[in-house]
Amino acid sequence: MLILECPYCGVKAEETELSPGYEAHLKRFGPGSTPEEFEAYMFARKNPKGVHFERWRHTYGCGKWFLAARCTATLEVFGTYPAQVSEPPADIIAKIQARRPDWRPDWKDTK
Amino acid sequence: MKRYSVFAIAREAARYHLGWERAWASPEPRASYDAIIVGAGGHGLATAYYLGKNHGITNVAVIEKGWLGGGNTGRNTTIIRSNYLQDSSAAIYEKSRSLYETLSQELNYNVMFSPRGVMMLAQTHHEVRGYQRTAHANALQGVATEFITPQRVKELCPILNIDGPRYPVLGALWQPRGGTGRHDAVAWGYARACSAMGMHIIQNCEVKGVRSENGQVTGVETTKGFIGCKKLGLVVAGHSGQLAEMAGFRLPIEAVALQALVSEPIKPCMDVVVMANTVHGYMSQSDKGEMVIGGGTDGFNNYTQRGSFHHIEETLRALVETFPIISRLKMLRQWGGIVDMTGDRSPIISKTPLGNCFINCGWGTGGFKAIPGSGWAMAELMAKGEPGPLAAEFNMWRFKEGQFIDESVAAGVAH
Ligand SMILES: Cc1cc2nc3c(=O)[nH]c(=O)nc-3n(C[C@H](O)[C@H](O)[C@H](O)COP(=O)(O)OP(=O)(O)OC[C@H]3O[C@@H](n4cnc5c(N)ncnc54)[C@H](O)[C@@H]3O)c2cc1C
Ligand SMILES: [Zn+2]
Repeated sequence: MLILECPYCGVKAEETELSPGYEAHLKRFGPGSTPEEFEAYMFARKNPKGVHFERWRHTYGCGKWFLAARCTATLEVFGTYPAQVSEPPADIIAKIQARRPDWRPDWKDTK
Repeated sequence: MKRYSVFAIAREAARYHLGWERAWASPEPRASYDAIIVGAGGHGLATAYYLGKNHGITNVAVIEKGWLGGGNTGRNTTIIRSNYLQDSSAAIYEKSRSLYETLSQELNYNVMFSPRGVMMLAQTHHEVRGYQRTAHANALQGVATEFITPQRVKELCPILNIDGPRYPVLGALWQPRGGTGRHDAVAWGYARACSAMGMHIIQNCEVKGVRSENGQVTGVETTKGFIGCKKLGLVVAGHSGQLAEMAGFRLPIEAVALQALVSEPIKPCMDVVVMANTVHGYMSQSDKGEMVIGGGTDGFNNYTQRGSFHHIEETLRALVETFPIISRLKMLRQWGGIVDMTGDRSPIISKTPLGNCFINCGWGTGGFKAIPGSGWAMAELMAKGEPGPLAAEFNMWRFKEGQFIDESVAAGVAH
């Protein structure tokens, strides 16, 4: 059972309290963008086996969207953080690197 | 390959069964092949089989990181049906279902195809309308289905509670020639036939990278070294995102866990497959007497082949309501597989941005039924370099064009 701490209300919420929102830090494209950009934003997914950044909603709690850093190969949770950022904060990166020394920040190539 | 037959059984019985030969060989890889298929699940093996059978290409290797059939092919609940809404889906799933009808004879291997009938319950008015529409669509597509009354549902499956308190049964979409098959046997049968054609099935060999030159694939890096190829087929279900990354492109796919479970064996009590999509559960009875049960996927990316317990609870809750008889049954085993879910819940059989590299994936929760038809279409694509009529609309560029093959509205549960 997946447990994520909501960064807003501090509740350690288990999965049934949460709604998944899949890949985080996607770059949004608006009117005037090319079909390739829209496709990249709406459909092309990283879907990594390993470190992943995701959107989650604390649906049956405070109702807010937050972000989580997780490993999809082991289900380890590195940490959660508020959604109002365009990339993972330094303390989350440090936590991931402490557990996965070989991992390099790579969310930028999702943009 | 020695043929299996009643005479072979008699002959072996007379000599202590010492004459059976291995069903397939385990060769070391050659330096290169005309075609390499990554993934020895049902779809990969069927692709190799039809490459040989329909197109005469037999210098083929199927490379598998674990054991053949150990992925979703060996983990599914084996429902076979073709009652899809969209024309392109109905075409490929019905091709597949019809190939299943004679697959045991074709492969000389008993895949235990059992066309016992598949019933999808309508438990809301929305579902009634949806399935009536599907029945009409199926009539035009030449797929034999029928919308039946609750009384007929009860006749066909007496253990079903049709007047449940929450969701009484209002009817069902009935496909009499749908059913089940033996999942392992499908993989084993194709593997045996491929091996007999001289193809190499290389197990315990993981593909780690895709090598290319001037935009054309030249081979794969594996745990057994580099293996060259003229054509490459990626058929790895849940791991498609990883292989696509190695080949330098992205897919509209998320990998999530889907679970299934079986009960202790009981006397025969149900000879059809029932899917209850509103309450989210489905069930059939195996030849051993176990009730084979499945439900919905988890909602987050996961490669561990383990799912969340609350989904099992949800599935069983739904089924106890639908089949009160199972409320005291003990569950024996439970397991998970990693399914590859696309945005429109339809598969991808496609060329890729990399030359001579082809992909077959996105079958998600419902690709066991599609193994023969998908292999047929993928082999045609790889042999000719262009898709035939079965595969054409399942190209990976349909997302950019907005030409979805939307099956997500047609069935909440897409097994
Ligand atoms: C619980 C469950 C229930 C299901 N129920 C049904 C059902 O009732 N009806 C239905 O039609 N479908 C069902 N499905 C879906 C069905 O199982 C799949 O769509 C189908 O089996 C996919 O077959 P495949 O050959 O594409 O994949 P798989 O059988 O998963 O084969 C892919 C293979 O690729 C290998 N591989 C991965 N990465 C690499 C690599 N890097 N190098 C080498 N090899 C690699 C894997 O080890 C694996 O063996 C269900 C699935 C699950 C999990
Ligand atoms: Zn909260």
